[in-house]
Amino acid sequence: MGKLMDWIDARLPVTAKWKLHLSEYYAPKNFNFWYYFGSLAMLVLVNQLLTGIFLTMNYKPDSSLAFASVEYIMRDVEFGWLIRYMHSTGASMFFVVVYLHMFRGMMYGSYRKPRELLWLIGMLIFFVLMMLAFTGYILPWGQMSFWGAQVILSMVGAIPVIGEPLKDLIMGDYMLSDAALNRFFAYHVVTLPILLLTLVVVHVLALHEVGSNNPDGIEIKKNKDPKTGIPVDGIPFHPYYSVKDIVGVVGFLIVFFGIIFFAPEMGGYFLEYNNFVPANSLQTPDHIAPVWYFTPYYSMLRAATVNFLWIDAKLWGIILMGGSVAIFCLLPWLDRSPVKSIRYKGPYFKTALTLFVISVFVLGWLGTKTPTPLYTTLAQIFTVVYFAFFLLMPWYSKIDKTKPEPTRVSE
Amino acid sequence: MKKIKHILFVLCLLPLAAFASGVEVKLDHAPIQTTDKLSLQRGAQTFVNYCLTCHSADYMRYNRLRDLGLSEKQISNNLIFTGQKPGGLMHTAMVKKEAKQWFGVPPPDLSVIARSRGADWLYTYLRQFYRDDSTATGWNNLVFDRAAMPHVFYQLQGEQSLKVEMVDDGHGGKHEVKKLELSKPGTLSKTEFDKQVADLVNYLVYLGEPAAAYRVQLGIVVMLFLFFMLGLTYALKHEYWRDVH
Repeated sequence: MGKLMDWIDARLPVTAKWKLHLSEYYAPKNFNFWYYFGSLAMLVLVNQLLTGIFLTMNYKPDSSLAFASVEYIMRDVEFGWLIRYMHSTGASMFFVVVYLHMFRGMMYGSYRKPRELLWLIGMLIFFVLMMLAFTGYILPWGQMSFWGAQVILSMVGAIPVIGEPLKDLIMGDYMLSDAALNRFFAYHVVTLPILLLTLVVVHVLALHEVGSNNPDGIEIKKNKDPKTGIPVDGIPFHPYYSVKDIVGVVGFLIVFFGIIFFAPEMGGYFLEYNNFVPANSLQTPDHIAPVWYFTPYYSMLRAATVNFLWIDAKLWGIILMGGSVAIFCLLPWLDRSPVKSIRYKGPYFKTALTLFVISVFVLGWLGTKTPTPLYTTLAQIFTVVYFAFFLLMPWYSKIDKTKPEPTRVSE
Repeated sequence: MKKIKHILFVLCLLPLAAFASGVEVKLDHAPIQTTDKLSLQRGAQTFVNYCLTCHSADYMRYNRLRDLGLSEKQISNNLIFTGQKPGGLMHTAMVKKEAKQWFGVPPPDLSVIARSRGADWLYTYLRQFYRDDSTATGWNNLVFDRAAMPHVFYQLQGEQSLKVEMVDDGHGGKHEVKKLELSKPGTLSKTEFDKQVADLVNYLVYLGEPAAAYRVQLGIVVMLFLFFMLGLTYALKHEYWRDVH
């Protein structure tokens, strides 16, 4: 066995990379609950890839067969219902873990120097994930697939100058049709997964270069054992965090399979009731709502109701919607606090983050509702709160009363 | 902190705003039990006798009805009227093009109708047809105004007619309340008819997801296994982490 490894190592640095990324990658020893979600995102990614492969074996990307082929999977394919529910629930759970992963970063300042690029790569992953979710949702070719796609595509079309040709390029047709469905299938199963996988590898490489942040937001690399050069507050990822993450995995699977087996529709939030109606281009549903993970942005899109300057309301909506996602990229430069972690930040940041979370939930809830004047006003108020969290950060984070950071991580 | 409390208070009021928007017909709760196989069998019988004439269930195979405790022979002899093989799909005898001419819209496929409409909606809809001479079919529906579908159960339920009453709303104003009254009795009593519709809706719910019963059974086993694994993996983690603490 040892000889075989030597033979391989002389040709491919397996042992060296194993050490670099696992057995001698030193992570802070004070990770808490919030540090499960990175590895869980990886787990869900693998789940989506594996179940996705089996789904493509029976799914038909043809506008006259797609809906029926999904029902064929649900009824006639052995355990097809399980594979399909694992994929559809996996899509929603992907967003759950990624949102919690991002929130962890916001709480403990994981986007701050030297992890700015790590954060930006993470944001790219998030964009690709959103595109994957969007293209995947079109595939069953139900009413919500079709009309949800209409809404998003009309937004692409509203981009000045390049909008219309870009929309035609994405769809491969002048309207949402069989040709478009074929394209979305290609994006969903080839283009985007390759992009996503590549970005995840780059994300992990960048993480292992700078090292993990921790709930105290202090750099463990500043305090190394003079003899070994190992951070005194670091422990090797394997076996300590590999065994710990397995507990997280099983805990997650309990929730994941709990949903799959006992509430796969999740009350219409994971699988919308209207998407059990085949797509009909002649019948617009009374109420078009995206899946829950897009509803906060959808609310902001609808919150823009007046033409302002030379830009009309629709384009403002798109700017707000795009901006609400893109603005996360600026976080590393908006935060001027002398400390990273919320543990040592002051009341201004804590209040701002609380208001931000509330605004995300309220906007998310509003996005599932038919707009009324009251709802639109609420959406406008909370859109302002949402953006204020970011845009006012350079000021409130600077004047905030912070506590001194410790030199060693807390137990 | 005070600010946050204030905002939380306003948030608590949000759900109230939902009441202000849109008035919908109150749906009756469908008294169904998907584990009741006899009810599902009766529902299947009603389904092939009444619904399948115009509607299809194109994603469902006849022999899947073995789930309901029927043998393939029982299925062939009692439930297949279209000359199809037991392994065949539940197609309708009606031609789609003609159906469109007759009804304006082709009757929708019913395979997953319970998943889009919900059991309560179906249960209420099927019992709330009334006579209305202003429509093409002579029937109208309280839940689905001007539904293209006529009242296929009128011999069983009898004929209902619409009665609009003005009721005080307690604030000095008045508002309309629509009620249905039986104007011509059918062959079944109200209880019997409600039971028959409930059986049919029960079957439609089964039809929406035939694997549902097995899904829940399998789920219990998987959950037990996962909770066992949780204990095991936690013990493993605890053992390793002794050196850290």
